[in-house]
Amino acid sequence: MATHDVRITVNGEAQEAAVESRLLLVHWLRDVLRLTGTHIGCDTTHCGACTVLLDGEPVKSCTVLAVQADGRDVQTVEGLEQDGALHPLQEGFQQEHGLQCGFCTPGMLMTGRALLERNTDPSEADIREAISGNLCRCTGYVNIVKSIEHAAAKLRESAP
Amino acid sequence: MIPSAFDYHAPGTLDEAVGLLERLGDEAKVLSGGQSLLPLLKLRLGDAGHLVDIGRIPGLTGIAEAGGFLRIGGATREADLERSDLIREKYPILLDTAVVIADPLVRNRATVGGNLAHGDPANDHPATMLALEAEVVARGSVGERTIPITRFFTGLFTTALAPAEILTEIRIPVPPPRSGGAYVKLERKVGDYATAATAAQVTLGGQGEIARIGIGLTNAGPTPIKATAAEDYLRGRQPDAAAIAEAARLAAEATSPSADRRGSVEYKRDMARVLTSRALARAVERAGGQ
Repeated sequence: MATHDVRITVNGEAQEAAVESRLLLVHWLRDVLRLTGTHIGCDTTHCGACTVLLDGEPVKSCTVLAVQADGRDVQTVEGLEQDGALHPLQEGFQQEHGLQCGFCTPGMLMTGRALLERNTDPSEADIREAISGNLCRCTGYVNIVKSIEHAAAKLRESAP
Repeated sequence: MIPSAFDYHAPGTLDEAVGLLERLGDEAKVLSGGQSLLPLLKLRLGDAGHLVDIGRIPGLTGIAEAGGFLRIGGATREADLERSDLIREKYPILLDTAVVIADPLVRNRATVGGNLAHGDPANDHPATMLALEAEVVARGSVGERTIPITRFFTGLFTTALAPAEILTEIRIPVPPPRSGGAYVKLERKVGDYATAATAAQVTLGGQGEIARIGIGLTNAGPTPIKATAAEDYLRGRQPDAAAIAEAARLAAEATSPSADRRGSVEYKRDMARVLTSRALARAVERAGGQ
């Protein structure tokens, strides 16, 4: 069984590991690094619960091999909070009741983060398009959209 | 879900990649964006002893006009197509197509070359490339060859690519003035395969008649379909409502969809007719006609 030595930066920290060819990025994050904030939902590239940022772009980590992330930068939901302070997106989801069961939330947060990096003032349509690969089965999206809008407003306020 | 064991190779050059494919033979599959291949391997609908990842080979991405063609690198991501100013301004049919493929997260990984080379009649780019009369550049051990898209799709999940060939580029003839195209897709939800979809590319002549026409149909048979009878009918005619309706009827006649949860054969054929008429009307409008 072939393994490959990889070096992947996860939430700013360089990680070195030997990974089996078929190991999925989501399994490496959850089972090896114990970063269990990234969820496995459908496991068939539909639901987006496993969304992480790969070199800043949101991708479904159940459909990326860990070895494909060699040399790249990965950000997971665990990297959002900085020094005990919630990221504005986390605060938005709290303030606007953007979750009920919370299973889809890590994926929504990471997709939201990539959206706000590119567009600091997204319209509702922009937000709905961005999260169209992230499925929520309980809130119905209205509060998720509000949560991301809340974060966008907060980020614009704090921008120089 | 965990795929069966395979070995992973990340060649740094095309020569190395082709050499690996030759050496590993039938057991090897080309991994590009992986958004079709990895789900197949995870569901164990497919099997591979070796994956040859072409994602680290420089020079396989890019979108540019050169030598009378729009050239799209085989490993260009769908998201790059979507964000390209050139595509947004000059090739709305490709933008129409890119934005209805799977979902934005998948499009950050999925590649245009992969969408064609997978040979899935439910994929969206094949119909668009048929309408645009593209050609595909394939690189193997004896060098490079170009394959007209009309001869590329040979069967269900089967293409004209040899096992040790890699799709390196898609070349689309730069459309003449007074051209326009559109891709119209019916899907049950974001990310679904088409219930039916049509790509239409039109060039108008001096009298407003249809001088050039390409029509491609998605998920309407075992391979992507070029609706040649509808094209032949339209060529030289004024694109009025009656002509578009007759062409749409002929396009639907060329389909052989199978019944599934997306609908019955009759429903899918009729949707092919409706979407073909909408795609034609939009293409004509974008070409500057009525």
